[in-house]
Amino acid sequence: MAYESITNFIVNRGYEDLIAMSPYEVYNLPYDIAVKIWESLGGLIAWLINLIFPNNGVSQWLISDPVTNGFAIILMVIVIFAVSFVFCLLMLWEERKVLGRMMDRRGTMVGLKGFLQCLGDGLKTFMKENVVPKAIDKKIYWWGLSLVIGTSVLLACMVPLSNRWFIVDYQAGLLIIFALFALAPFLILCAGWAQNNKYSLIGGLRAAELMISYEIPMLILLAGTVLMAGSFNINDIVAYQEEHIWFVIPQIIGFFTCIVCAVAESERVPFDLSEAEAELVEGWQTEYAGMKWGLIMLGDYFRGYVACALVVFMYLGGWSLPVIGGEDWYLQYFPEIVFLLKVALVFFIFVLARAALPRVRTDQILNVGWKALMPLSVINLAIVILLKVTGVM
Amino acid sequence: MAEEKMNSDKMWVTMGPQHPFSHGLWTLRVEVDGEIITDAEPEVGYLHRGWEKECENRTYNKIIPMADRLCYSASMTWSHLFCKVAEEALDIEVPERAQYLRVVADEICRIQSHLMWLAAVGTDVGNLTIFLWALREREFMLDLNVRLCGQRLTTNYPRIGGVRNDMPYYFERDCMRAIERFEKSLWDIIRLTDDSSIFVGRMKGIGYITRKDVANYGITGPAMRGCGVDYDIRRDDPYDAYGEMEFEVPVLKEGDAYSRYMVRIEEMFQSCEIIRQAMKKLESIPKNAPYRLKVPKCIPEGTHMARIEDPRGEGLMYLVSDGTESPYRLKVRSPVFVNVSASKHMVQGVRIADIPAIMAMIDMCLGETDR
Repeated sequence: MAYESITNFIVNRGYEDLIAMSPYEVYNLPYDIAVKIWESLGGLIAWLINLIFPNNGVSQWLISDPVTNGFAIILMVIVIFAVSFVFCLLMLWEERKVLGRMMDRRGTMVGLKGFLQCLGDGLKTFMKENVVPKAIDKKIYWWGLSLVIGTSVLLACMVPLSNRWFIVDYQAGLLIIFALFALAPFLILCAGWAQNNKYSLIGGLRAAELMISYEIPMLILLAGTVLMAGSFNINDIVAYQEEHIWFVIPQIIGFFTCIVCAVAESERVPFDLSEAEAELVEGWQTEYAGMKWGLIMLGDYFRGYVACALVVFMYLGGWSLPVIGGEDWYLQYFPEIVFLLKVALVFFIFVLARAALPRVRTDQILNVGWKALMPLSVINLAIVILLKVTGVM
Repeated sequence: MAEEKMNSDKMWVTMGPQHPFSHGLWTLRVEVDGEIITDAEPEVGYLHRGWEKECENRTYNKIIPMADRLCYSASMTWSHLFCKVAEEALDIEVPERAQYLRVVADEICRIQSHLMWLAAVGTDVGNLTIFLWALREREFMLDLNVRLCGQRLTTNYPRIGGVRNDMPYYFERDCMRAIERFEKSLWDIIRLTDDSSIFVGRMKGIGYITRKDVANYGITGPAMRGCGVDYDIRRDDPYDAYGEMEFEVPVLKEGDAYSRYMVRIEEMFQSCEIIRQAMKKLESIPKNAPYRLKVPKCIPEGTHMARIEDPRGEGLMYLVSDGTESPYRLKVRSPVFVNVSASKHMVQGVRIADIPAIMAMIDMCLGETDR
């Protein structure tokens, strides 16, 4: 299967072609959905216009191929974003319910088994007053915020749900997700500094301090996966796992190390040092009030979703299933759902960690990162190399 | 010159009075060098209500419910302490039944106060599960309070010369059930805390105080017993029926935050033991025995002092009476007020993240600190 990214497409065939025909040579489900939406929506508009002004050019133009493709690309992005957004809300709901049961209470109870509470909370933060402190570095304050949220949303949309549900299929897929992930601590540092608040400054510095403890083991773990699969492309990695064996079995050490790193990567309890509410009030988010805080929280869940998705891609075989994975009915209806269920399962482990563990200290996380995670990831890499050299895998 | 330049990198961070770690209205100003604390300064007084002065305009009976308000979670011991100082002044002996009832009420109060502390420790180290589990157990102790006194927190139970009412029906049964349940579920909570290496790692090796500091600052209570001073007023200067109780005073030598934590946990188990013994003794006392004496309204002229083992340390009241219905002066020695003065010493050299863990071990209660 040869995939081509949009950028490659533009470089190779020019901008005109992109509008004129589908950018996807393989079947792309969101694109297909988007085309169908536009065919009915644009068709309806064209029909209405045609009723009022018969035989006009606009109606013809609306349903012509280039316009349909153009709108389909926009709608496709919205479809993909909507799915990851709703799934993030579901994860939020999952966390609240599981945490509630762990703590001997019921969790949220508003509508649909408590799911509507997420929407209610979102609405509440949007209705709050938009408080902006006076003595701040305005440019960095706003840019830091929007880039943190923006990269989170971008990350979530970069995650392919299956080999037919993706925006772009990069050859360096995993690497780009990692690069976008690693951008956040820098932005948090800037945003924390710009707020002219001591708590947020310390929180921002902690984010940078935290980064050097988990980022390196995480990249070494990535090297293990990539070596085994022989590609950075997520599709190839999943296909390799489907063909041979889920990497969780040969790389069991890597799997557990990766879960710890992923919790740190998404800055959740017990590694949420940059927003430790017991000592730093709200950490780097202290001066971001109301809607801004709500969006940051949403961004956090986007990042948590991507961190879980990374674990699933690297070790749990992505959207594949061992026995029924090759069947036609499975491939037609289930890969995306199975993938999201796996993500929810990994997130369940995150929630259990949050319920059971207190927050660690900065020096402790550095100790864990350099004295435990680092050697473990190197051992994992050595095992992978051994398996590759001996030809077992 | 070089040193001056170094100093310019330090900054003062004001933690409080509205801060998640402070559990009330007080401020801890800390000077930090990066994350390391180089200096600290506690500021209390935001909750000053003029309690001592208000007492001078009230009759002795009216001060009992006010003493409840000194500390929301240790109200029983404070009203008990006030009744005790008034009894010292009147020189009367409380009926035996009342003595045991007071012991039971005090220990229930101690358990629920320590559970409130444990819940606060949970939030301070960033785990809400500990918080909710501890508060769930505390609810059973508050239910016992409701059975005995009709109130959850501000109990208004002790009276000068006894207690307000006798035990209600089946109180023994309820009490025993609650204690048994509590001992089991405390082990559940310990599995979350002591068995978790992260929790122990957060507590161990920070906030050291030595026996010398205890003497210099006047630290009392679990903080004192956590650094090797074997002293408990309940055992060494027994009041009411504590002289007849057999219990151990937990003492640890390390003097760090974790030992203070361990002392408090062990104290809760010992309180259960005391309640069991007191309940057994209460069975042997006839049901119609008096539980309250008639006492005169006025207290004879003189100065009197009484002290008691509060959940947070040594509570002391000093009463100057002029022979009228109300006191001339009533001075309260609050254990937390004294303990918090050592906070500068305790947080020296630790990280910002350790401050909540260390300060949680003081178990701040601003009602009695600022009075």
